[in-house]
Amino acid sequence: MNYISHTELEKKQMLKVIGVSGVDHLFKHIPKELRPKSFNIPEGKSEFEVVEYLKLLSRKNATDLTDFVGGGFYDHYIPAAVDALAGRSEFYTAYTPYQPECSQGWLQAIYEYQTVICELTGLDVSNASLYDGGTALYEAAMMAVRLSGRKKIIVDSGVSLIYRTMLYAYTSNLSIEFVETPVVHGQACREDIYKHLDDNTAAVIVQNPNFFGAVDDFSDIVERVHKCGALAISSVYPVSLGMLKTPGEMGIDIATGEGQSLGIALSFGGPYLGFIAVKKEYMRQLPGRIVGATVDKDNKRGFVLTLQVREQHIRRERATSNICSNEALCALRALIYASLLGKAGFAELAELNYQKAEFAKATLDKVSGVKVKRSAPTFNEFTVCLPKNADEVVCKMINKGFACGFPLGRFYKGLDNYLLVAVTEKRTKEEIVQFANSLEAALCS
Amino acid sequence: MQLIFEKSRPGRNGIKLPEIDVPITSGLAEKYCRKQAACLPEVSELDVVRHFSNLSRLNFSVDTNFYPLGSCTMKYNPKFTEKIAALEGFCGLHPLLPQLLGGGMLAQGSLEVLYNTERLLSEITGMSAFTTQPLAGAHGELTGVMLIAAYHKHNGELRKYVIIPDSAHGTNPASAAIAGYKVVVIPTDKDGFLDMQAYKQALNQETAAVMLTCPDTLGIFNPKIKEIADLAHAVGALMYYDGANLNAILGKARPGDIGFDVIHLNLHKTFATPHGGGGPGAGPVGVCEKLVDFLPISRVIRRSDGTFALDYHKHKSIGYIAPFYGNFGVILKAYAYILSLGKSGLIEASENAVLSANYCLSRLKDYYAPAYGKSCMHECVLSAAGLLEQGVHALDIAKYLIDKGFHPPTIYFPMIVKEAMMIEPTETESKETLDAFIEAMIEAALLAKTNPEALHLAPLSMPVKRLDETRAAREPNLRWQQK
Repeated sequence: MNYISHTELEKKQMLKVIGVSGVDHLFKHIPKELRPKSFNIPEGKSEFEVVEYLKLLSRKNATDLTDFVGGGFYDHYIPAAVDALAGRSEFYTAYTPYQPECSQGWLQAIYEYQTVICELTGLDVSNASLYDGGTALYEAAMMAVRLSGRKKIIVDSGVSLIYRTMLYAYTSNLSIEFVETPVVHGQACREDIYKHLDDNTAAVIVQNPNFFGAVDDFSDIVERVHKCGALAISSVYPVSLGMLKTPGEMGIDIATGEGQSLGIALSFGGPYLGFIAVKKEYMRQLPGRIVGATVDKDNKRGFVLTLQVREQHIRRERATSNICSNEALCALRALIYASLLGKAGFAELAELNYQKAEFAKATLDKVSGVKVKRSAPTFNEFTVCLPKNADEVVCKMINKGFACGFPLGRFYKGLDNYLLVAVTEKRTKEEIVQFANSLEAALCS
Repeated sequence: MQLIFEKSRPGRNGIKLPEIDVPITSGLAEKYCRKQAACLPEVSELDVVRHFSNLSRLNFSVDTNFYPLGSCTMKYNPKFTEKIAALEGFCGLHPLLPQLLGGGMLAQGSLEVLYNTERLLSEITGMSAFTTQPLAGAHGELTGVMLIAAYHKHNGELRKYVIIPDSAHGTNPASAAIAGYKVVVIPTDKDGFLDMQAYKQALNQETAAVMLTCPDTLGIFNPKIKEIADLAHAVGALMYYDGANLNAILGKARPGDIGFDVIHLNLHKTFATPHGGGGPGAGPVGVCEKLVDFLPISRVIRRSDGTFALDYHKHKSIGYIAPFYGNFGVILKAYAYILSLGKSGLIEASENAVLSANYCLSRLKDYYAPAYGKSCMHECVLSAAGLLEQGVHALDIAKYLIDKGFHPPTIYFPMIVKEAMMIEPTETESKETLDAFIEAMIEAALLAKTNPEALHLAPLSMPVKRLDETRAAREPNLRWQQK
């Protein structure tokens, strides 16, 4: 199947208009010696056969586990209306709204999305989205380097190791100095951050809740960071913003995060949604697409891509970023999700996550040998210390039907017995109790 | 149309959440909590459904309109791939699962999809290996340039420059620059090719790479491409292939055979995954043998027992460039598309894409001057400069086409062509659609001579007329605010 509608007759008619005898003539510019050495691709199959084959492969994945794994990527319920609306092909099969008059649907949706991100983060300006939480954090770091003209960045170890690793990979040729500060009693270590904070510091990067699930208020850090003329950057988990103090309230300059939890499927790592929001004064250093409201000839409101002089298609090698797209469809999902939940629903969702996690903490604490870390408050994810290697416990729990959490030893040296457990609104009281019972059994065996 | 926020009514809500089934605790200390709830819309589910259904209808899209946006390959996106991506076994899988001890066995289906896609893309392009991690075309470019930098660094060489033609996509110089390179721009000669004299002068031992699109953004295949590659290799530079235009050469030429060392593909272009209003796309990167060890971690490997696993033990790797394994949902759709088309289908796709573009060029060349030459590959670049005397610009033609129900071609790119209009019809559009579009283009050219004002006023049939972009940039209004 190739979805081509030209009939043989039509092809002949078209070739005649072009003035050549066959399609081969159209490829005559490609020298003979450059023709493919091989093109060993299997012949095509029917739609039915491909669907059946991929159904078979999909069944080789395990999605029947009760999921307590988070680590920045969460199993939240996605309302049916999100799929139904984001699946409308007038959204799905359009492209970047270069021609605003025939793209008002997309442009307005992105403007609304930008508003949602500003509301959640408490900041002034959002762009139209970035690839994921990690690339968003990298873009934020680069913004800080440009804005401050400095090249040292302090990163709290509570920032996801995945994101820190990405940050270091992207900047490996840019002579940027990174200093990692430790997490003490679950939270960012102020003393260490202040020790390294100086006139060369471009930014301090923190995360809320941090990778261990601990909630923090960074207001004190931000104050010190600003005194040094540096920028404060925070990666945030958007669902937690239904409850937690916003980056805006803490005085953070740039907030970024992974928007997967806003109505986007886990889908084995993507597509996801990177968001970034900043204080107004930094707007012209933002990377990527931005939509703005304006008026047409008749003074009627309309929306356009704006502040484009920042971007690669105009600025080329002097652009703020090389990004030339966004994750529009994922941003749309986040917008629809936020609209369905609404003002009260979003806060209620956060409360639900928080309360279930608190119950899970209390329940797991009763399992003999298990100790829930309580040095800092948490939102919907927390750390437990097991009497055994967490990797092995996780393996046993899989056989009992639970993806019971993420073993922190995978990312942090010396934490081999620690497990990171996430509890979303999808987990019932019964599942949490069963989880604790199974864990007890797994630890005994 | 009103914003969703403007439709808000206090007390209305669009979803019922589960009741709290656990004992309620006192909650977080106040200092950790936000003072006010986020001002999200208070609307019913029907309000939401109607709002977004109606918003969607304000867009042109491939499913509703011909969308010949040059360089973007807006081909038809088969529906069955959506059905596959929505299978619970794929879309419900947590990306951290295979990183748990013994967890690889829980993700065998997805790992197999990634492995097979990498193998297919390697064969289609003649490269040794692929990574599916890059999340978009530009992200693939950045990854590619990072691979090039890692390779030179490994060889103890400090190379400073990346050579890029002036006709290149803006992302090329931007990607090279943010990876830490200085960009050297090479002009285009009178025939639309890379100026060989300027190229030879620019090339030296400090050149890290040459980034090219092939066929280039003018829609032309450069017959000297092998010579260009050989010259670069002779000074130790690597050849980078921007895969935006791969839809022109499937089964006709392979970047790897030509001598390209690094390549990115846009799965949302050549391999028919939906563009989604600007993303998500996917930009897998392929490399020749000597660059394989530098690819991002993790790598998907096939064990001797036929099972699949993730390999993190690659000490030369550039590291993580994405949180996981790429935009899996997009890669899966591209995989299904390739399986569906197969060898003959892919070749026919390119042949018909090139046929359709040449047909448009042949029928329009008397009305709009071709930028270079009289034939093209999968897209043609025309100039509306001939209408400037009447005060008509490419923009006016574009807006007129909107009133006729066609998404305009890409305009004002490549930047080196005055009043450029870049038309990429793709293989999936029928002859009658092409004819109707061509007639509208001709009509616009004739109207420019008789009634240019009609073009200046267009579009008249859309929800808005031409918008004041200057005002948007001068007085930025980037979010709704409660009055």
